[in-house]
Amino acid sequence: MASQTPTRIVIIGATSAIAQEVAKLYAVQGARLFCVARDESKVMAVAADLRARGAEEVAVYVADLLMRDVHANIVEQSRTFLGTIDCVIIAHGVLPDQHTLDHDVDATIASFMVNAVSVISFAHRYADVLEEQGSGTLVGISSVAGDRGRASNYAYGAAKAAVTTFFSGLNVRLRQKGVYVLTVKPGPVDTPMTRGITLPLMVPPRVVASDIVRAVARRTMVLYTPGVWRFIMALVRAIPEFIFVKLTKF
Amino acid sequence: MAKRYESWGRFPDAQPSTVVDLAWTQDLELPSLSSPILAYGKGRSYGDVCLNSDGTLVAMEQCARILDFDRENGVVTAEAGISIQDLLRVIVPHGWFVPVTPGTKYVTLGGAVANDVHGKNHHRVGTFGCHVRALTLHRTDGTVYVCTPSQHADVFAATIGGMGLTGIITTVTVALLPIASRMIDEESIKARSLREVIELTMASDHDWDYTVSWIDVLASGSSLGKGLVLRGNFSTVSDGTLQATWNEPLLRIPFQGPAWLLSKPTIALFNTVWYGKQFGRMHRRHIDLEPFFYPLDAVERWNILYGSRGMLQYQCVVPLDGGEDAMRRILSTMQAGGISSFLAVLKMFGAARSPGIMSFPRPGLTLTLDMPIGGKRMFDALDRCDEIVHEMGGRIYPAKDARVNGAMFRAMYADELAQFRPLIDPGMSSTFWRRVSEE
Repeated sequence: MASQTPTRIVIIGATSAIAQEVAKLYAVQGARLFCVARDESKVMAVAADLRARGAEEVAVYVADLLMRDVHANIVEQSRTFLGTIDCVIIAHGVLPDQHTLDHDVDATIASFMVNAVSVISFAHRYADVLEEQGSGTLVGISSVAGDRGRASNYAYGAAKAAVTTFFSGLNVRLRQKGVYVLTVKPGPVDTPMTRGITLPLMVPPRVVASDIVRAVARRTMVLYTPGVWRFIMALVRAIPEFIFVKLTKF
Repeated sequence: MAKRYESWGRFPDAQPSTVVDLAWTQDLELPSLSSPILAYGKGRSYGDVCLNSDGTLVAMEQCARILDFDRENGVVTAEAGISIQDLLRVIVPHGWFVPVTPGTKYVTLGGAVANDVHGKNHHRVGTFGCHVRALTLHRTDGTVYVCTPSQHADVFAATIGGMGLTGIITTVTVALLPIASRMIDEESIKARSLREVIELTMASDHDWDYTVSWIDVLASGSSLGKGLVLRGNFSTVSDGTLQATWNEPLLRIPFQGPAWLLSKPTIALFNTVWYGKQFGRMHRRHIDLEPFFYPLDAVERWNILYGSRGMLQYQCVVPLDGGEDAMRRILSTMQAGGISSFLAVLKMFGAARSPGIMSFPRPGLTLTLDMPIGGKRMFDALDRCDEIVHEMGGRIYPAKDARVNGAMFRAMYADELAQFRPLIDPGMSSTFWRRVSEE
């Protein structure tokens, strides 16, 4: 059986706060990392940090992840750099202001392109690579927001629901092929994405990151982090819609 | 509930009007922020030097990336928000330690530079600023300086110990100290009087890299200043400990202590037990660097034990010539003022001169005491201590201060302020600076 600590890792959205923390945890263990992000100077700083912390080698690919025509090239380059891929972490996303989106169809679709379509594009391509290898773990950072539509973030939530469902399907498809699929559903995380928003049970990204690393090692299929969200969302999902609409707080 | 921005002493309460949580140094747009601006790290300064009431705080903690680590030569460049704790986890396994460390590892590199921190090895290697090779400094007019001891040397000198007033430090390059082991060979010697403490310290400084003394402030008469002299050296044996794992804090203080918890009787009891627990004259230990350098880090948020009123720390330095007498007078003044303190710390500063204009250490004796915030009597006693210090040609440490009279501060740092003021960034300020800088 392959080692449960991945050593050859692809990170899509490597400058996201959660991805940075996950990458640091693997770097300390001497991983080889292929980091993809949009902002060159930021991803270079992340790569330097990962090298200093012990990564064996770090490669950087700068791309706007909305541009789907580069996705195939990213996959190809990462295979060339890593050889066999142990783990792919798809972490990019944006949290748009729902009040703005409420009256802006184009902006709603644009956010869906980032949070759902480009994530699915990467997930699909890497699923094929891992299936061909017959090994590896595919990690998608979804959200508890994808478990139920709420007035305050349903565009974001709908995209995350698409991601969750897509990963769930991949999990069923690939489980027999030696490939592990992990859907991560963080609750609110204190990151630049949630700046200015104060939410209950908010945790720092390093807490989410260490949960993710543990879940990858244990081959968990669905990770709620912090774990209490598994119970909260089970309750939220169980509320009938005619009652849910009256709970304006949600 | 909104996050509160406090100093370690939790006095005074001085909340900012705006906080910018900086995730990337690349995104720092100082000209777009409203003045006065100040960088905030971990809030481990005891006084108001890290606070900016009704101003803008730029929280730096997320800017904690290591940009370069030369493992062969021991030089590291990192973003200013990284803590010494985080840095140590990376450098110690490769046989390096920070050249100078304060008594907690929960300080940022930026804070270490801005306060030009010192440690138990000041007599050997000077302050943190003595080991800084380069700094990146963002000014509020939008300019960015890369300063070194030779490039923009005046800005470099003003920034080291500059209390964050010259701009926002975004990266720091520092030369590290080679170590073969995490272990420290430590000796603890009982001294029965202040004279003995000083004599033992002077005798120790030649052979020991790290020296410090704990003094029982409540002892009086002939035993005034009695205490324990601690001295240590890194073990030179390659014992394989560099790869050892780090300890998490043993416990976290969950809520504020009541007022009586750290009051005169309990402090007297603690000090007696502390002094008395060592029976022999000398005690030798072979201990890990964490309990040696960072004993208080084992208890997270110990500062809130002082309760809602908070605490003060008083740190001064006086020249060695006449220093013993000055220490006696300061300790007596505090006793007369009803000030009770946990073991005070006495240390001898060496001759190494920091490049920092406003850097606090000067050759001589430095005394540090924590105390719960008291009434006017306490503040008056501290004012009298300032007078003794000033009369001796000494000064107090801004990073610890929350109460010094502005005129007194300006007198203590008169020459330095004349050099420093023109190099301040006019868009930067702090609660401390507004308190002491003007008439």
